[in-house]
Amino acid sequence: MAVYELKPTKQPPLSERGAIAWVRHHLLSSPLNIFFTVLSLWLLYMIVPPMLNWFILDANFAGNSKADCGGGGACWVFIREKLKLFIYGFYPASELWRANLTMGLGALSIVLIALERTPRKLKVALILLLPVVSFILLDGGIFGLSHVETSQWGGLLLTLVISFVGIVASFPIGLLLALGRQSKLPIIKTMSVFYIELIRGVPLITLLFMASVVLPLFFPEGVDFDKLVRALIGITLFQAAYVAENIRGGLQAIAKGQYEAGSALGLTYWKQMRLVILPQAIKVAIPNLVGSFIALLMDTSLVMIIGLYDLLSTVTLASTDRDWLGMSTEGFVFVAIIYWILNFGMSRYSKSLENKLDTNNRN
Amino acid sequence: MKRLFKLSAAAALVATLTMAGTVDDVKKAGVLKCGVNTGLAGFSEADSKGNWRGLDVDFCRAVAAAVLGDATKVKYVPLNAKERFTALQSGEIDVLSRNTTWTNTRDTTLGLNFAGVSYYDGQGFMVPASLGVKSAKELDGATLCIQAGTTTEMNLADYFRANGMKFKAITFDTNDQVDKAFFSGRCDILTTDQSGLYAARTKVADPSKYVILPEIISKEPLGPVVRQGDDQWFNAVKWILNSVITAEEKGITSKNVDDAAKNTNDPEVKRLLGIEGSMGANVGLSKDAYKNAIKQVGNYAEMFERNVGVNTPLKISRGVNALWNKGGILYSPPFR
Repeated sequence: MAVYELKPTKQPPLSERGAIAWVRHHLLSSPLNIFFTVLSLWLLYMIVPPMLNWFILDANFAGNSKADCGGGGACWVFIREKLKLFIYGFYPASELWRANLTMGLGALSIVLIALERTPRKLKVALILLLPVVSFILLDGGIFGLSHVETSQWGGLLLTLVISFVGIVASFPIGLLLALGRQSKLPIIKTMSVFYIELIRGVPLITLLFMASVVLPLFFPEGVDFDKLVRALIGITLFQAAYVAENIRGGLQAIAKGQYEAGSALGLTYWKQMRLVILPQAIKVAIPNLVGSFIALLMDTSLVMIIGLYDLLSTVTLASTDRDWLGMSTEGFVFVAIIYWILNFGMSRYSKSLENKLDTNNRN
Repeated sequence: MKRLFKLSAAAALVATLTMAGTVDDVKKAGVLKCGVNTGLAGFSEADSKGNWRGLDVDFCRAVAAAVLGDATKVKYVPLNAKERFTALQSGEIDVLSRNTTWTNTRDTTLGLNFAGVSYYDGQGFMVPASLGVKSAKELDGATLCIQAGTTTEMNLADYFRANGMKFKAITFDTNDQVDKAFFSGRCDILTTDQSGLYAARTKVADPSKYVILPEIISKEPLGPVVRQGDDQWFNAVKWILNSVITAEEKGITSKNVDDAAKNTNDPEVKRLLGIEGSMGANVGLSKDAYKNAIKQVGNYAEMFERNVGVNTPLKISRGVNALWNKGGILYSPPFR
């Protein structure tokens, strides 16, 4: 009687397992794929070694003047020598601790706000207190701190200040505008729509120019509105219109039943919004909101045209230093890296927020 | 629109009325608001510590030294080409020292006054030495790198048409891009103001591979600008500029100015340094106003050599910017 014997499972043939299979399936599965694989390898070969040479192998790291930079590589000495200018702009050297403390507090607050365990009340307090504390620290004039004019703020510090104010201040305004646009009261609705469409129809650069060049002509002499404040107002007003549209997208994604359920429970309009609608609407709007905040962070570099020195414009300025002419490439690469870190951080945070708030309940 | 014009006219009028004593305003504020370039090598730039320096910046310092007695009491307001005149008209700055070309239109239609010339610039050409070109007249059919939207472009077209030559222009948005394109060989010729050519040349490893041609195809007299309607301030700024030029002519430097004040027999030097006469008081300044400017910032030669001269990376020789008695056209009316 033939006994059925369980034969051990054979391994797949060599060509179907391990690295070889992966390569066969992913890189060489058809003539077209073979062509693209070869093309990609060739492109990598053309791009990577020269970049590696420029960034690291031929680059200059030591020294303190342009004369120390030779060869064909990057001159990172330039970045090191100018780092203070890039980060703080013209902030007085003796007061740098204030800028450092502000940025440290900002980073700490962001971490605390991002952590789930932090009590809600602390989060609200942080959001409300941080701008006040930062302003006192940076601007000074009280508590024995010397006054530092806003024209001396610059570099990364200024970029962060403008982005932070733009994001934080535009959110509540945008929220109100979004609700206003949904409102049943004709005047509020018309005004909201008018504002949003007016601002969205104008480029940010135009608003900044208005704020910096045209406005002063209408002020009487002596009324000197701070340039940075003018820019901040312009950017906040601009951003608010976009925030409003993003939140409106969220509001419209909420099913009518949710509104009706809120009303059925006898909630007032504001309670209904606060407890039922907005938590869901903002959750839906997060990807778009973060998208527009990232755009804002990069748009802050436009303040260059009104003579404020943000990160990008300090680099442009540094490359006109007669001792360091011709170093703009290194500077721009440095700026690109910083922007990338900031934006990637924001984007990851928004992703984690989406996951956290995901209730599998796609309305 | 009409209303807007009325408003701005009213604003301008109010501005002129209330701004009739800029000298007093500056003294009261204790700081001079000086408009400078947002970044131009040798003229207005920031060093690694974030301090402003350059030829235009030095003139701001000289004015502050003369008016306030302290060259450090300057608030620099970096301005781009578009906002510079508005900043002056609106009173955001007291004086504009930002490589601004003195032209008829600007002087007569913008409500501004040019207080003299602090640097004589002009548009020139730079070519690779390997091209073997000796004169701009040999440039027929050449490809040129230029910055878009500047007077450079217009001057160039005029020059080539006047000489019956053809050219192909490649335009770029910023100065830096123009320089990069030229040095990577995208075009045969780089053209911009001569001071800009010298700055561009320091960007390559071996500057001797490039030559600057002798032809200058435009006049670009750069100088400080003030608002129209305040003659005292206009005179003060004009004569502060003249004082540093006269100081060079008389051999007075920041080092020997105290000595000269004590020992000189030259009546003009005595008047310049405030030992005799009332040259300072005539424009509402102190007796030793010009002396302070010379002592704290230096005479014209010191400013020039410190910022753009042959010992700086820019290596610009005095050329037309030498004194009138040394082969240049720099000339100050007498202190008399």
